[in-house]
Amino acid sequence: MSKIATDSVGVVRPQSLHFDEPLELVSGKTIEQYEIVYETYGVLNAQADNAVLVCHALSTDHHAAGYHSEEDSKPGWWEICIGPGKPIDTNKFFVVSPSNLGHCSGSTGPQSIDPKTNKAYGPDFPIVTVIDWVNYQKRLADRLGIKQWAAVAGGSLGGMQALQWAVQFPDMLRQCVVIACAAKLSAQNIAFNAVARRAIMSDPDFHDGRYYDHATVPASGLKTARMLGHITYLSDDAMGDKFGRELKGEKLNYDYGIEFQVESYLRYQGESFVDRFDANTYLLMTKALDYFDLAGKEGGNLAAVFEKVKAKFFLASFATDWRFSPARSREIVSALTDAKRDVCYLEFASNHGHDAFLVKNDHYIDAFRAYMQNIEVSK
Amino acid sequence: MSALRPELQKICEWVKPGSRVLDLGCGDGSLLHWLQTNRQTTGYGVEINRQNILSCLKKNVNIIQADLDAGLTDFEDASFDYVIMTQALQALQRPDKTLAEMARVGRKSIVTFPNFGLWKHRLYLSTKGRMPVSKALPAQWYDTQNIHLCTVKDFERFCEQQAMIVSKKDFVDYEHRPATLMKLWPNLFGEVALYQINGK
Repeated sequence: MSKIATDSVGVVRPQSLHFDEPLELVSGKTIEQYEIVYETYGVLNAQADNAVLVCHALSTDHHAAGYHSEEDSKPGWWEICIGPGKPIDTNKFFVVSPSNLGHCSGSTGPQSIDPKTNKAYGPDFPIVTVIDWVNYQKRLADRLGIKQWAAVAGGSLGGMQALQWAVQFPDMLRQCVVIACAAKLSAQNIAFNAVARRAIMSDPDFHDGRYYDHATVPASGLKTARMLGHITYLSDDAMGDKFGRELKGEKLNYDYGIEFQVESYLRYQGESFVDRFDANTYLLMTKALDYFDLAGKEGGNLAAVFEKVKAKFFLASFATDWRFSPARSREIVSALTDAKRDVCYLEFASNHGHDAFLVKNDHYIDAFRAYMQNIEVSK
Repeated sequence: MSALRPELQKICEWVKPGSRVLDLGCGDGSLLHWLQTNRQTTGYGVEINRQNILSCLKKNVNIIQADLDAGLTDFEDASFDYVIMTQALQALQRPDKTLAEMARVGRKSIVTFPNFGLWKHRLYLSTKGRMPVSKALPAQWYDTQNIHLCTVKDFERFCEQQAMIVSKKDFVDYEHRPATLMKLWPNLFGEVALYQINGK
């Protein structure tokens, strides 16, 4: 008997596609050829009009739903939202979830071998932006025979990709699902990313990004970056509820060891992250976040940008998310209503901060499901 | 239209086909759904109640979660043909400010409210000496959401003071009864008052 829940897509296998056509990047550089790893859930219908593209955030990847084996205890990052009967219902939709270029989970990135040098790219891997990601995702759609997505969906950095899709290829999606997101980062957000990068780059094991050559990793820097990030993804309330001022031991030791439970938790978060994430990828992903500015070319006029979009929008935010606060989502909603686009906007109560979009919450799941159920697809 | 309550049926008669409509406190989205299906209107509903929001999503009505008392700052000036608010005026913190905001974002405002001047309420108060409780206003004084009740006369006086131009009005009850008395003495017999106000 499998222990996997019946509303899960079950055991899934990543697939990959090789792309030979060079990809010109916003930076002016080019990636000559690349590999994209992705997972799919559900079945593409004959008209190919039931496909949903799921875009991942900073620290997640192509593994959005299901398990990699019967014994696997940890499902994909959006298991609460993808599966039979869930908001992105795999009985209805064909879900495509790729790992972005520059990532460290199989798609071409800093850890991959540069065919020109036969060594890992490391810091020479060009910086890719949200626009570049949407461009390779367009090619992925072409290869999979998808002319128009029923929806493009994502949270946080994933939401930025969904927004960019609506602007860059307005005819290629019918719905745009943007959760816990913003049209650009605030100065405070960029500042957090700057500190995270500084932590990595000042680690003696970083070696200007060429740590693969030295058979080491900037573990300390990456841990610190993750600890900082993690604090900003949680709310004060969530941390208070979870840890308060609880001690790990019986009493205070009056030394500099790990004493409070919250310290121990953060250390664990940092350490487990180093095992699965690459420092160069972390640097690159934070840059992609910083650079994203949907209305940058329009002088910040979001409504003007939305004049040309055709998709319907579903936006959601969470009350205690201070990294991508409800006010940032409302800016997008306001611009969409100014541009007379179809939009639904919900703000959910949750004490999970930014991470709330990954946490089960009936109101969130019911509303998201109700919205997705209205999307028309061929039988 | 017969599924809609009487005041909403009246509003459907007033709204011109193809209009852009903002419905404040849109409830379960019935009015907007009827209008977009039968009058090809576009626009949004604004609501704060969780169950109502879910009903709107199920009806495929554009729903924006927001608190009316926080103002309509997310909407541009004159961006709607109609801004509708049914049976919410009396529950607002500052009805005067919300009415001004409606006039700012809409070319026309349509407002409905329960008339507190209804003879039943007057009789209840004068004979029992207690705050009226009825089918239309079922809550007690201490737990009611209706914190700014007014009469037809109060509202018309307010419109005059604010130089708001009433372009249409009507009075209905909850049971679809003939309207002769309501037309003659609305402040005494009208259960629900409807006003259309022209924007600035």
